[in-house]
Amino acid sequence: MLREIWVTFVDFVRTFGALQLFFLRLLAATPSIFVRRFGLVVKQVYNAGALSLVIIMVCGLFVGGVLGLQGYSNLSKFNAEDSVGTFAAFSLLKELGPVITALLFAGRAGTSLASEIGLMKATDQLSAMEMMAINPLRRVLVPRFLGGVISMPLLAAVFSMVGLFGAHMVAVSLLGVDAGAFWQQMAATLDVRDVNEGIFKSFVFGVVASVLAVWEGYNAIPTAEGVGRATTRTVVITAIAVLIIDFMITASFLR
Amino acid sequence: MQQTRSVELGTGLFVLLGLAALFFLTTQTTGSSDISTSDAYEVTARFENVGSLKDRAPVAMSGVTIGRVTNVEFDPQALDAVVTFVIDERFNEIPDDSDASILTAGLLGSQYIGLQPGGSDLYLEEGSEIQFTQSAIVIENLISKYLFNQDSGSE
Repeated sequence: MLREIWVTFVDFVRTFGALQLFFLRLLAATPSIFVRRFGLVVKQVYNAGALSLVIIMVCGLFVGGVLGLQGYSNLSKFNAEDSVGTFAAFSLLKELGPVITALLFAGRAGTSLASEIGLMKATDQLSAMEMMAINPLRRVLVPRFLGGVISMPLLAAVFSMVGLFGAHMVAVSLLGVDAGAFWQQMAATLDVRDVNEGIFKSFVFGVVASVLAVWEGYNAIPTAEGVGRATTRTVVITAIAVLIIDFMITASFLR
Repeated sequence: MQQTRSVELGTGLFVLLGLAALFFLTTQTTGSSDISTSDAYEVTARFENVGSLKDRAPVAMSGVTIGRVTNVEFDPQALDAVVTFVIDERFNEIPDDSDASILTAGLLGSQYIGLQPGGSDLYLEEGSEIQFTQSAIVIENLISKYLFNQDSGSE
């Protein structure tokens, strides 16, 4: 029993270390790919970012709408319904925007990355590349990783913006909060530092979600079952990692 | 070829939308463009007690914000608080005998500095110090005063 726990622990540490080394190899290959094969990166930004826009915008609109409703029903108890804008902006920019975008990103883009790479491995496409003296890490993995890293902050920003409009729609048009107070109170309370915190978070989440998706795909057991498991693990591990890292970043930004 | 064109177009639109959203968030939702320290002049005032006055608290005249507090510190020699604040360059004709008091917005609101105009012909300028100040009202002191007055009254 104790021995099993020890073995599991050592296994975990080894996997964690391998993940770090994998991340460093991705980073090492990043500059040359970025300069020489920019077309590949653009294609992945399209896959991970542009194709995720619809789900991000729809979710953002409704999350913002819920914030408007909840904020209004709670704040109106204190006659402070003018602060709905501040409430929605704080929640969206600092927490919900980056976190929900990262979770949606893991579900929409992360799974497609993992299963695509896993299937490439299962059908020996990666081995074929190696036979042709093409490094699959540089040709396949790095562009996908970079596409995710570039897309995440932009997606999170779109999410927050659409969310604010959703909150505005519900609070101002539906519930009759004054539009001037909505935006004015928001501008008076929020600081550039709050926006920066959100951007920083979404960037970190982008790196984490992309690395994990690419890693899971690359290390998938090359069978149908293995690819499926890798896809599931991508979502689960990304969600856990994102929420833990979110806590740490929030704690370190607290002043 | 058509395929790459639409991919590039989609990517371009996506990145532009994302950058527009970032721009919107940094400019529209924050109040950073309020009063910049470059087109403003700095004034100091000494208070016996600043209460819970914080950096970036508003400086208001007739209820309109004309500046921001930039620094609150304790002077170990004079044993009082020195508050530094900037006033927008547009309001450069404030009499130098105006008085500054620390007020509270609403019952539980945050504290700000209210300026009352004086009658002098000289105006506040970069580096001047406001002579007449009134400290923050500390609720505990008010209550204790009230209690002690009641005590002495009942005797």
